[in-house]
Amino acid sequence: MSTDTVAKAPERAAPPALGHPARGRAFRDQLARVVMWVAFLIALIPLVWILWTVLSKGVGLVLDSQWWTNSQKGITSRREGGGAVHAIQGTLIQGVTTSVISVPIGVMTAIYLVEYGRGKFAKAVSFMVDILTGVPSIVAGLFVYAVWVTTFGFQRVGFAVCLALVLLMIPVIVRSTEEMLKLVPNELREASYALGVPKWKTIVRVVLPTAFSGIITGVLLGLARVMGETAPLLILGPYTKSIATDLFGGYMATLPTMINQDRTESLQPAVDRVWAAALTLILLVLILNLAGRVIARFGSVTK
Amino acid sequence: MASVTGVSVADELPGPDGRGPLSGDNAGTGRLGDKAFAAAAKGSGALVIGLVTLVGVFLLWQAIPAIADDKVNFLTSREWSVSDSDNLRFGIVELLWTTVAASTIAMLIAVPVGVAVALFITQYSPRWLSRPAASIIDLLAAVPSIVYGLWGLKTFTPWFDPFQIWLSDHLGWIPLFSRTGTSGTILLIGVVLSIMILPIVTALSREVFAQTPVTHMEGALALGATKWEMIRTAVLPFGRPGVISAAMLALGRALGETIAVTIIVSTLPQGSKWTWSLLNGGETFASRIANNAGEFDSPAKTGAFIAAGLVLFVLTFIVNAIARIVIERRKAFTE
Repeated sequence: MSTDTVAKAPERAAPPALGHPARGRAFRDQLARVVMWVAFLIALIPLVWILWTVLSKGVGLVLDSQWWTNSQKGITSRREGGGAVHAIQGTLIQGVTTSVISVPIGVMTAIYLVEYGRGKFAKAVSFMVDILTGVPSIVAGLFVYAVWVTTFGFQRVGFAVCLALVLLMIPVIVRSTEEMLKLVPNELREASYALGVPKWKTIVRVVLPTAFSGIITGVLLGLARVMGETAPLLILGPYTKSIATDLFGGYMATLPTMINQDRTESLQPAVDRVWAAALTLILLVLILNLAGRVIARFGSVTK
Repeated sequence: MASVTGVSVADELPGPDGRGPLSGDNAGTGRLGDKAFAAAAKGSGALVIGLVTLVGVFLLWQAIPAIADDKVNFLTSREWSVSDSDNLRFGIVELLWTTVAASTIAMLIAVPVGVAVALFITQYSPRWLSRPAASIIDLLAAVPSIVYGLWGLKTFTPWFDPFQIWLSDHLGWIPLFSRTGTSGTILLIGVVLSIMILPIVTALSREVFAQTPVTHMEGALALGATKWEMIRTAVLPFGRPGVISAAMLALGRALGETIAVTIIVSTLPQGSKWTWSLLNGGETFASRIANNAGEFDSPAKTGAFIAAGLVLFVLTFIVNAIARIVIERRKAFTE
């Protein structure tokens, strides 16, 4: 409110500047206001359009209970029916495995940066986290392929996918955890030290619990990012139509590869399944995002 | 909420003892538990450095033999035939053109719109709207890229195609818009990429605009500036480094985007004629790798694709490093 009155007052009181008709300035001011509103509305269009397209084309199958209980085993693109449980399961298994590996590394790195980091080494770590944030997912996939398949001669399996996703998830967790740890008031640490608690115990028992909800938010946002990733899966995780739970043997289906598999089909049953899989994926990612934001909103560190 | 740059409000405020961020508090007791924990933390940091280094080393190690076996110039050839491992012929110039052209179009659209949206959120929107507006724009970043690809191919392409035909009919005399007859074009993917990188530009610009010192803004207004003049003279100059680094981060994302490009852009047949047209298909580094991911069998063949991946890695590394350096320098100036 206060900024509003501040902003409007000079408009009324503006004296006619020499050589610049006041009307022109007021017009440009109004024009800028309109442009900003229009830019925002334009930015909304693709979001609404995408969500509506996916929702309207995919909702039919997603509401079918079979979608959540059956796999695609034995179903050709000509036939209707079958579900996505194999893909949903694969996405969840790989997502959880990826988190289990990346959360400790990411959180410890953030602890290092905030609680210990000093000098050149900390700067280097921080810089590398930024670079890792920018590594394209296909490069992460290629890297793991170069290590896992070309160098060690292993097969393309679910676990290799997880390794590639770890590379993408670590920077997200480091950044959000770092942010939260910085918000923990120093007085808490000092109070703990004053009671004779060693530094590591202070971090584990005082700092981390205070920042806990923020860390969970970071993990959920990271999880949402890696679950929607497709590029590493193209290289490392071929699709299969049946349920597979073994990360170290055989192929494992995921929602992105399920979409990718049938995206060129023109037969209606397959097209329907592609949209339904896309809707399922969006729902999964959005739920994780919303959960992360809600936890952030209600559990944030306040002084 | 995590900031895009890792630069947060907490960084700007040194503690009561004047200690800046990233300094540690020297409170370790030297006991075993402390030593072990500190080592574990430092080890994780070292692991992160190691990972990035390993990515570079492994890609180099596997790309070099392939590049050495390359019968044509790796940087300037348009050929790409890697099926015969005794006669590898591959060059990246076409991939580079498509990648750079598509990302440039995306930037040309996303940066102005993204900055305008950020200004809207921080300066113009009614207070009740600014937070929801920010979350809604962030949602664009949450949509998986394969969904962008699917939507782009099935819904957006038929809608956009008449515009492309109009463009080639009326502006076809410009080489950039000459007609080729494909609908999955570089221009189209540029537009889709601009939607995908918009939230990155907006998020970071929003962050720096919100940090504009209130005194600067009030000073401008007190001197009789209109709101727009205040933004031009106080907010934009203050936020310029942030906007530049936002644009760089967004560029990094656009360069490396894989699946949406793979789905939307039509690939060209081998040996087709070179054209500068943006209304033509093509392949970016990422989509060339993705399109052939099923055929990685011999090391030589894979090496060619890893070489392409290496170039992409180097490109994004440079772009991201620039983004980081720009924002670091801003921090140094404002303190």
